[in-house]
Amino acid sequence: MTGHEWQPVVGLEIHVQLKTRTKMFCRCANGYGGGENTQTCPVCLGFPGALPVMNRQAVEWTIKLGLALDCEIAPRAVFARKNYFYPDLPKGYQISQYDLPSCTNGKVLVPTPDGDHEIGIVRAHLEEDAAKTTHVGGRTGRIGGADYSLVDFNRGGTPLVEIVTGPDVHSSEDARRFLQLLRQTIVELGISDAEMEKGTLRVDANVSVRPAGSSELRTRCELKNMNSFRFVAQGIDAEVKRQIALYEAGEEVVQETYDFDAGSGTLTARRSKEEADDYRYFPEPDLVPVEPPAELVERLRAEVPESPARRIRRIEGELDLDRAVVLVTGGLDGLWQETVEAGAERVAAANVIANRLAGADAAAVEPAELAKLVEARDRIPRTALDEALGKVAEPGFSAAPYLEQEAVSDSAELEPIVARILEANPGQVAAYRGGKEGLLGFFVGQVMKETGGKANARAVSELVREKLQA
Amino acid sequence: MKIDTLRLTAEEALGLIERKEASGAELHRAYLDAIAERDGELHCYLRTVEAAEGEGVPIALKDVISTKGVETTAGSRILEGYVPVFDATVAARCRTAGLPTIGKTNTDEFAMGSSTENSAYGPTHNPWDPTRVPGGSGGGTAAAVSAGLAPWGLGSDTGGSIKQPSALCGNVGLRPTYGTVSRFGVVAFASSLDQIGPVAKNVRDCARLYAIVAGKDPADSTTVDVPEVVLPEGESLAGVRIGVPKEMNEAEGIEPGVTAAVQRAIELARELGAEVGECELPRSVEYGLACYYLIAPAEASSNLARYDGVRYGLRADAEGYYEMVERTRDAGFGDEPKRRIMLGTYALSAGYYDAYYGQAQKVRTLIAREHAAAFERFDVLVSPTSPTVAFRLGEKAADPLAMYLSDLLTIPSCMAGLPGLNVPCGLSEGLPVGLQLIGPQLSENTLFKAGHALERALGFDPVPERLR
Amino acid sequence: MGFARAATRFWKDEHVAITREEVLHVARLARLELTDDEVERLTGELSAILEAVSKVSELDLADVPPTSHPLELVNAWAEDEPHESLPLDDVFANAPAREGDLFKVPPTA
Repeated sequence: MTGHEWQPVVGLEIHVQLKTRTKMFCRCANGYGGGENTQTCPVCLGFPGALPVMNRQAVEWTIKLGLALDCEIAPRAVFARKNYFYPDLPKGYQISQYDLPSCTNGKVLVPTPDGDHEIGIVRAHLEEDAAKTTHVGGRTGRIGGADYSLVDFNRGGTPLVEIVTGPDVHSSEDARRFLQLLRQTIVELGISDAEMEKGTLRVDANVSVRPAGSSELRTRCELKNMNSFRFVAQGIDAEVKRQIALYEAGEEVVQETYDFDAGSGTLTARRSKEEADDYRYFPEPDLVPVEPPAELVERLRAEVPESPARRIRRIEGELDLDRAVVLVTGGLDGLWQETVEAGAERVAAANVIANRLAGADAAAVEPAELAKLVEARDRIPRTALDEALGKVAEPGFSAAPYLEQEAVSDSAELEPIVARILEANPGQVAAYRGGKEGLLGFFVGQVMKETGGKANARAVSELVREKLQA
Repeated sequence: MKIDTLRLTAEEALGLIERKEASGAELHRAYLDAIAERDGELHCYLRTVEAAEGEGVPIALKDVISTKGVETTAGSRILEGYVPVFDATVAARCRTAGLPTIGKTNTDEFAMGSSTENSAYGPTHNPWDPTRVPGGSGGGTAAAVSAGLAPWGLGSDTGGSIKQPSALCGNVGLRPTYGTVSRFGVVAFASSLDQIGPVAKNVRDCARLYAIVAGKDPADSTTVDVPEVVLPEGESLAGVRIGVPKEMNEAEGIEPGVTAAVQRAIELARELGAEVGECELPRSVEYGLACYYLIAPAEASSNLARYDGVRYGLRADAEGYYEMVERTRDAGFGDEPKRRIMLGTYALSAGYYDAYYGQAQKVRTLIAREHAAAFERFDVLVSPTSPTVAFRLGEKAADPLAMYLSDLLTIPSCMAGLPGLNVPCGLSEGLPVGLQLIGPQLSENTLFKAGHALERALGFDPVPERLR
Repeated sequence: MGFARAATRFWKDEHVAITREEVLHVARLARLELTDDEVERLTGELSAILEAVSKVSELDLADVPPTSHPLELVNAWAEDEPHESLPLDDVFANAPAREGDLFKVPPTA
């Protein structure tokens, strides 16, 4: 069946660690910082007779997340026990939700170049995290061939929201866009830092493929162990490729769970020696159901900010989709809007903010001051601009001192420097004249270096271009 | 002054303390002395606590109740040597009330059983006849109270583990309304059924102890506030409507001597002014046992999963984790817990949930409805607590199903979360017969009032004849 | 009375006996390493008990809701205020094996 078009069919399972002050079912402190096993108590250690007590904040934040994902909030949610044995599971069961989860039937709209793509949210439910098991000895800490294992119960009991999407993601790029939007949504709700590198956001992918145009659902495989959005995308691509190759060779895809190793790009099957676990779910008898009062749900609904997807579509018209996505998923669109209102040119402001202020504390930036910097970006020396943008989020920042400096744009001063640089780099000059126009940036950069950043970049650029055409 | 613990009630002990005729410590010592003298024969206690911590009336605690610094085994080898680092809420409340712990009493392993023969540490003997069982699972506490080795104690009741031993040992035991006494720190058997309750020589003592331990606990999400306890005083049952459920009083397997004693008690109730009438609980009795023996083992199979050798308790040697867990559990659990874990696991497993556990939870609703309907016409329902008087050690141990039948009459009300009080109402062949009084949720005060009045009229002597 | 009859091995139309394979499977789920004797005995005992408890399936309860709790409580939760965690001595007071401040167990694979 070669030459056939295939469509990837991907569903994502996302675990979000809530940043409540205490754990889900006990009041031990939640979060990093403590020495091993110092944030534990009889409940999260599973001592005989210990009983769980729900964390109200975690329940509310789960409802809030459900609302932000356009879900129906269950009038009655019930916790359930998921029974299995593992060293990091002190009770021999995890308290989760099964038949009656807190949130169901939502959706996230992902703006893409060819329209909005709707990713269904099948459910979002609340559960407790397992503890941390480290395998010691054997092959450098990997499970196979370890000498023994060590368990730290600090993480055990942390509140987790598990979000399950429908099989609505059809490319790795789709997955990445969706995850960025989801992450931004979560961060803006203030309920989690949602960082994959730190494990406060975890993503598994269920991947299958089908002939383009069909609506069948074929056997899917689960991918785990990807700790960045980029690796999730790579993992999906690798698995899609693997499955297509199988089908095109006339073979079948067997349901398996794979670990994706981003470094080598390989998928390794987790051959589980035992049969699939039967979790024997039943309603948790030590807890009572959650029936959120209508006033609570409405109060939480009012606290949910406008969705990132809607904001992207709104500002996309004035910028372009990619720029809009960067600003919104970086939490910078609010700042951009205020900076434009303070007088900055919209595209220039977007560029400056997106390129230079990623990761800055947008709320601490005074838009009026930033607007002044944007307006003066070509006029003042590069070094001055860099320094100003580095400090723009500090309290009481004023652009004034930086605006007083002027970048050198006098061609009389700059020409000799430009000439010197061109003479010193004959190879690059030839390449540029041969068609490699991107090298313009190289020459400009060299001149800026020579002038200690004091030259006006635009003037330099024009001069260099003139000279090279000569 | 030599204190005779054999006959002393908690109220009398309180009187001694208040009149400064004895201190809490002296009382505590008196009970330890009595135990040294007489417990060798009975084996009510698994261990005693030497130091008296508190100035109040000393108390025995069933060994499923976590006591900080004092070994707590739940009658199992898998917890041999386990010393809790925290108190169960009920133990803490006793401590706050100044009640010194005398010791931890014997129990069927993980509270699973009806005779205390399933204790990994050897059975307890009935003080009325040491060749017989004291009932179970709380045989240790009940026997201790009857033998004068404790004035009162706390037990736990899942399907009758307080009421039935009290019946077989001839004392008063209360299984409270589900949710009125905290389960925090009590080794869990079946979470939606377990309740902690008082055992004592008379109803007033029971009521007193219930007041000390009952009430909402933030550490147990399934608890509620309780109405203020009223210590019973009256001797009349005028205005009390007593229902006699046909199926509970005529079930197959009830010994004639038991029926006779219970009938006499019901007659007495009439004489005291009660309105007595018949009612029916057809499906509660017919399906109660099956319902219980699906739900309780299912919840237990999950509650006992934490005994895996990782953080406390027994750990068997093994090369790998799974091996270690499997060997630990096989070595540490006795036959009855194994049976129930297997049964419960099966009932919850894929493909069987709806037919077994799911269905049993619905039967539970039926049972609750039947009882609620009966309580529209009656304030209290009465029946024998146990179909038989104390049976001989070893008689039923080899036949699990025969043993399960001991709970036939106590189980139905447990499924509905209803309170039940056992009051000794006479002897049959020289052995105590217990009368069970069941009330609607939160009706403890009604049970105390009715039980007290009957107790006064019956004049049953709770001290075993052979010890007098 | 049905339960008593089952106790004397009255077999109904449908046998609910549990097979040896099922016993082994359930033992695996429950992580119990049973001896051959135990497996044989349990197969018989569990068959008898299952026979008795499967009585519940006689009833048509399609319209009856299940009871998870005897009381109709909802929303029993606590505020997000930290308590004092256990000191390490208490955490490990009953630990079978400890390395540093971690619980030590044999390897999972």
